[in-house]
Amino acid sequence: MASYIPSTHPERQAMLRAVGVESLRELYRDVPEAMYLEDGALNIPEGLSEAEVCRKVTAMAAKNHVFPTVLRGAGAYDHYIPSIVKYIPAKEEFLTAYTPYQAEMSQGILQSIFEYQTDICELTGMDVSNASVYDGASAAAEAAAMCRDRKRRVTLISGAAHPDTINTVRTYCYGTNDELRVIPVKDGKTDLEALRGLLTADVASVYVQQPNFFGLFEDTEELGKLTHEAGAMYILGCNPIALAIMKTPAEQGADIAVGEGQPLGMPLSYGGPYLGFMATTTKHMRKLPGRIVGQTVDAKGERAFVLSLQAREQHIRREKASSNICSNQALCALTAGLYMSAMGAEGMAEAARQSMAKAHYLANALCALPGVSMKYSGAYFHEFVTVMPKSEEVLRALEEAEILGGLPVEGGILWCATEKVTREELDRAVSIVKEVLSA
Amino acid sequence: MNYPNELKYSKSHEWIRYEGDVAIIGISDFAQDALGDVVFINLPAPGDEVIAGDSFGDVESVKAVSDLISPVSGTVLAVNDELEDSPELLNQDPYAAWIIKVEGVTQEEELLSADDYEAFCAEEG
Amino acid sequence: MKLIFEKSVPGRSHQYLPKCDVDGVRLPENLSRTHAPKLPELSETDLSRHYTELNRNVHGVNSGFYPLGSCTMKYNPRINEEMAALPGFTGIHPLAPAHTTRGAQEVLEVSRQLLCEITGMDDMTFQPAAGAHGEFAGVLLIKQYHHARGDFKRTKIIVPDSAHGTNPATAAMCGYTVVNIPSAPNGCVDLEALKQVLGEDTAGLMLTNPNTVGIFDENILEITRLVHEAGGLCYYDGANLNAVMGVVRPGDMGFDCVHLNLHKTFSTPHGGGGPGSGAVGCKAHLAPFLPKSAMMDEGEHIQVRSFAGNFLVVVKAMTYILTLGREGIPEAAKNAVLNANYLQAKLKGTFTPAFDRICMHEFVLDLSSFRKETGVSALDVAKTLIDYGMHPPTMYFPLIVHEALMLEPTETESVETLDWAAEVLRKLYALAYEDPEYMHNAPHNAQIARPDEVRAARNPILRYQA
Repeated sequence: MASYIPSTHPERQAMLRAVGVESLRELYRDVPEAMYLEDGALNIPEGLSEAEVCRKVTAMAAKNHVFPTVLRGAGAYDHYIPSIVKYIPAKEEFLTAYTPYQAEMSQGILQSIFEYQTDICELTGMDVSNASVYDGASAAAEAAAMCRDRKRRVTLISGAAHPDTINTVRTYCYGTNDELRVIPVKDGKTDLEALRGLLTADVASVYVQQPNFFGLFEDTEELGKLTHEAGAMYILGCNPIALAIMKTPAEQGADIAVGEGQPLGMPLSYGGPYLGFMATTTKHMRKLPGRIVGQTVDAKGERAFVLSLQAREQHIRREKASSNICSNQALCALTAGLYMSAMGAEGMAEAARQSMAKAHYLANALCALPGVSMKYSGAYFHEFVTVMPKSEEVLRALEEAEILGGLPVEGGILWCATEKVTREELDRAVSIVKEVLSA
Repeated sequence: MNYPNELKYSKSHEWIRYEGDVAIIGISDFAQDALGDVVFINLPAPGDEVIAGDSFGDVESVKAVSDLISPVSGTVLAVNDELEDSPELLNQDPYAAWIIKVEGVTQEEELLSADDYEAFCAEEG
Repeated sequence: MKLIFEKSVPGRSHQYLPKCDVDGVRLPENLSRTHAPKLPELSETDLSRHYTELNRNVHGVNSGFYPLGSCTMKYNPRINEEMAALPGFTGIHPLAPAHTTRGAQEVLEVSRQLLCEITGMDDMTFQPAAGAHGEFAGVLLIKQYHHARGDFKRTKIIVPDSAHGTNPATAAMCGYTVVNIPSAPNGCVDLEALKQVLGEDTAGLMLTNPNTVGIFDENILEITRLVHEAGGLCYYDGANLNAVMGVVRPGDMGFDCVHLNLHKTFSTPHGGGGPGSGAVGCKAHLAPFLPKSAMMDEGEHIQVRSFAGNFLVVVKAMTYILTLGREGIPEAAKNAVLNANYLQAKLKGTFTPAFDRICMHEFVLDLSSFRKETGVSALDVAKTLIDYGMHPPTMYFPLIVHEALMLEPTETESVETLDWAAEVLRKLYALAYEDPEYMHNAPHNAQIARPDEVRAARNPILRYQA
């Protein structure tokens, strides 16, 4: 009903005359008659007014249940988002601009990305960050692609990485006809001895997630040492909130640091939009895919920002480009930069410390219940796996009490706590679990 | 435009000269002018094989990338590392800024003399 | 303006989190960070002003005319944003129990049905996050299809030389050898050139129609028939769907799969370069190969990113399609085409069109003879437009036209805007003959003068360092 077209009927008639045709149909003279859809032939519902569409879509949203208490993570984390982080990215210029190819009228976006790149370098300890990619899983796949050369084609990935990440990396390897080998998991962590056996001379890179899918901290420095001894590149996939208090990927020996940037101010949103961050050392700068913003000067000698190192990219290299990636997640990068600036290093560290403290509080309280134990013994961040009877009933009872419990995984439940949940909520969750187990 | 007489040229705009058995390869003045400001060069590693008529690396300007085509087949003996940090040398003095040295040359493309190459460029330009 | 790091004052911050109400836990020493990241420290006032200042240095569709060819910079309705921001959508976990996310599934299902009907496809995925990402998923459908039939001899993907750079890059990422075919003099597929390269090794053809010079290929049925006859499949690059949505369907043209740019055609904002959504549709014979999430779905499938894709972007596109509906969708396409033809007609007698004929939603100007006469390049014209508050057209694309400027006004611009744009372009055309120097140095009143891109690439400074 509304089509956002300004021109009126008389205006259209005048425009058609200016073009030298009688009707709109004539503009489609190259379209074969047989496939041209006459008016009304498109089989979708009639249009709606804004008021109607608002009602309809709001009704769809109402069919979702938003849990006030979330104890589930597994790749999407419910952190507190400062109000300012929600409002600034909604400013219409940020929202409606295209990729900043015309630097002279895009300094705002370019600078926001340059600042984001700096934040990511600070967080990861790496030298160079790109302007972001689609999400953490595709960042891992792009990183693995960066490492392959003529002689080394095989990618190794930890079996304790996020299943979506493993499957995405597998898909990218299928694309280029390259082999992916999954490193076995032992006691919830990447099996060091198994890695030793897998590191043949054709291995290009090893990907390890820190903390891993089960929330455990990996022995990343040992894994990295082995990887480097075999001449392969080392990729670490990191949780950006953990990075506020954790040793940087650079210090852990990574050549490339990637991760899911969703915890940096993006709501859960049923899986997206999120963003993938990606950073590396100066040595590998030219292999980094995606957009990168650089600083230079303008003709008057003033500081200016531009999309730089473009000769790596698909629009110039075409089939010789190492990636086809074209866009980044610019508005998400802006959001992440804004989140990091609002929280500051101390605020982010506090979010990390509280997430970790609450996860440990929850784990201890659950494990104090009869029949409940930790599946793995290692140090963990804000996620952990428990073994308990009646898992399904427990999760159902929590759901009825407005709590999204942990995620059922093979042989247990994967729980997560962030700084957003209170002790009171955790106590309530534990008492519900207790009730179910003692019934 | 400068076409030194002592060099031979390929139709893909590389120059070549020999020091004993070693072939020294770079890009011509015409090539650097057509490329514009060179901002980066991708070089092979010593020990790599090069094949006459095939790419052995590429040069990047801000908005373009061009393959470097080897006029000979052989093994890379040395690469001019200096170009990695200072690609502008290719613009400033393309005949001093050699790119690779090749040994064990087994095959050579059909090459042009300076005069013939100048005529060839005049046609292309 | 200053960088946010240059505004930072140690100790200045805002408290967003309460005190911790449980006992603290220490990270093991060997895992602990040795030094804090140097993130900015600002009051919220300064933070707000910093981003407001940045926002002033951005030109969006809402700021002014944006005829960026091939990018479909149409108006982005606010209602779409409001719907996508509903807590019922933003607050749901991708791995929440399915019975608590029925609304999200309904959004995906309704969008799937609407877009299948608009494209003439049988099924669709929303997992790809952008157009190029959709291309990757789409070409992998073709690869899986051949492999599932035990056919491993098809190693080549055909791409016309007028294609977007993502097409050949995608084919290479999917392990294919790219066969570039030259375009015919009219900018369309050269049937003879196509026949010559088709064979038992053809996996498929990637095609944009209307093509990148803004022309609907009248031989489209013959093209897809030839490819199918050779045993290949046809991939439709949806970059230019805005010209034909609701008017003609890729499925009816003979395509097997298609990617859409929801952020172009279906009005979701570009956000300065993303997030977008590169939905991929396909005919029934490719449906079993669509990507899925290892966490959310059963069975073994390819996967191009985590979870179900950029869900909120799909909410926006669905809101848009429901608003326009049966009449509005084709009406938008037809007016996009009308606006492009009107602007092209208004420029008669100035810049030369690369193809002087009725165009689709965009047209390409060829400034090569103009440059020879005046010394003023397409770049100079583009940069001078910035001083007039108009976003420049796409420059130097497609590669088959030299000194190209590609204009796509979209349907949401009024006749007054088009008249004004034509007047500005006429003025610049005249100016080039009078004062080319002025145009070489343009822009004169923008946020910055022309940046030194050579310096940026030779000596990369990619982060702030105090």
